[in-house]
Amino acid sequence: MSEVSSATAEMEAIKKKRHWPPELNALIGLIGIAIIFEILGWAIRDQSFFGSLTRLKIMILQVSIIGIIAVGVTQVIITGGIDLSSGSIVGAAAMISMSFAQIGTYPKAVFIDLGWVDLPIIIPIAIGLGCGLLAGLINGILIAYTKIPPFIATLGMMVSARGVAKWWTKGKPVSFPTDEFAAIGQGMTPVIIFLCVAVLFYLILRYTVYGKHTYAIGSNQDAARMSGINVERHLVLVYTIAGTLAGLAAMVLAARGLTAQSGMGVMYELDAIAMTVIGGVSLAGGRGSVIGTAIGMLIFGVIISGFTFIRLDAFYQEMIKGGIIVAAVVADVYRQRRRAMES
Amino acid sequence: MSDTILETEDLTKHYGGVHALESADFVLRKGEHVAIMGDNGAGKSTFVRQITGVEQRTRGKITFMGSEVNFAGPLDAREAGIETVFQTLALADDLDVPDNLFLGREKILVNLGPFSILDYRGMRKATEEGLKKTAVKIPNINNAIRNMSGGQRQCVAIARTATFHSKLTIMDEPTAALGVQETEQVENIIRTLKDNGEPLILISHNMRQVFDLVDRIIVFRRGRMVANLMKEDTDGQDVVAYITGAKTGAEYVGAP
Repeated sequence: MSEVSSATAEMEAIKKKRHWPPELNALIGLIGIAIIFEILGWAIRDQSFFGSLTRLKIMILQVSIIGIIAVGVTQVIITGGIDLSSGSIVGAAAMISMSFAQIGTYPKAVFIDLGWVDLPIIIPIAIGLGCGLLAGLINGILIAYTKIPPFIATLGMMVSARGVAKWWTKGKPVSFPTDEFAAIGQGMTPVIIFLCVAVLFYLILRYTVYGKHTYAIGSNQDAARMSGINVERHLVLVYTIAGTLAGLAAMVLAARGLTAQSGMGVMYELDAIAMTVIGGVSLAGGRGSVIGTAIGMLIFGVIISGFTFIRLDAFYQEMIKGGIIVAAVVADVYRQRRRAMES
Repeated sequence: MSDTILETEDLTKHYGGVHALESADFVLRKGEHVAIMGDNGAGKSTFVRQITGVEQRTRGKITFMGSEVNFAGPLDAREAGIETVFQTLALADDLDVPDNLFLGREKILVNLGPFSILDYRGMRKATEEGLKKTAVKIPNINNAIRNMSGGQRQCVAIARTATFHSKLTIMDEPTAALGVQETEQVENIIRTLKDNGEPLILISHNMRQVFDLVDRIIVFRRGRMVANLMKEDTDGQDVVAYITGAKTGAEYVGAP
């Protein structure tokens, strides 16, 4: 009897070892990359990469705004979908909310078609979140009820939302926000906002019905439907949340730069997807977590500031960034194949 | 009639011109285990699909627990207490056992609409009780379904019925894809259900299994019920004769 139980325990141990969470892989990757840059730092520049607090601050600031978007994208990818529109939603939401956040001190610079200045901060915030929410809602309704692939639906939104961003001011940038609005993006506030968003959605995904259904839909949509989950309604909710978070990121970005331009957020959707996938969220759906995405975000940050630190040309940076994204997806596909072979 | 769990009268399903099921009269009593046998396309699965609301019947009457029912879909049937274990398992691979058992009807700690907080401990406890009731042994119920064997998955699907105190369990070829040992495991669960007095409709092609497990055998042929046999009054040869059409039950003579 004891032999049997010890054999079972052994099997369990093997299983546990083999099925360690992908977040752990990402964390090991993060540490590895950090060590590489630390060594390179000493070798090339004769100084520590992590020794500078300013550098670390800049590093985390650079990625935390895209990190806010990535938290939404994580949920979308867990359902087995994809969101290509978040970068353009950032552009549109930034332009529109900024035009309601302007200060009256410089009348010539004010986006005069509206002529509303010095509005209480709640108005531009509500409008910015509302823009993201609306775009996400349209994404969700298209995907859930017309059954077109998420790739196509959000690709359409990507193009259209960029159009909205340009049309809103006929291409002119919007600047000079009120002090209160600008405060959203100053100092370490973007990082704090990211942390709040990440913790909130980590808890929601882990401990609520919403989270359970998100994983179930990505895992086996038919099973989810047969179990009585309203799959369509849930997908609409997931895409709406992702859009709203893109709207939030837009305001942080605009407030930080004190200006909004129609070209803001270009390629952010891909960076957000990359952070998510690097963090171990499976593109096949059903697996991953906000913690993984946060680690993926840090990997992204270390790589970008690391390249700058060793004075690698920006062109090479982009080339290598593309390679890293592909490598993360290859790793995901490999994981899936191995899992399929095991079962 | 108070001991009747399920009764169908003149249950009929036509797909266009195809008469997949023709006036089936069927009664299932309390604690009874009944097997449904027949060739492929004989109407077994069609019969079950009408009962579980997966399809809408052409005509006929279904009485469940003493009242006439018209299920709009499989969820209605499940709400009423009819739990079906399908050939294709409806499980979410990335979730663990309690998550799967309670998928779509989670226990809630704090109700906040879609963001209601899950009662993990309560679900875990109910799962353990359900598994104990069906004598299912799963080493670690917090393991994802993906990491389990085919037999364990089937057991999880069956354990759902015990966890929710269903009033009727229907299994559509539960062991068709399983190995010898796993089949045995599932059969043990079925015996446990019998001991607990839980009624069961079992669709199976496995003659040995049927004679091992059930009290009564219904044979379908070409969309019609052709035999209703108590296990004691029949044997394998006899059942095969009904399945192939060499013989037709006395009360069903006249059927084509």
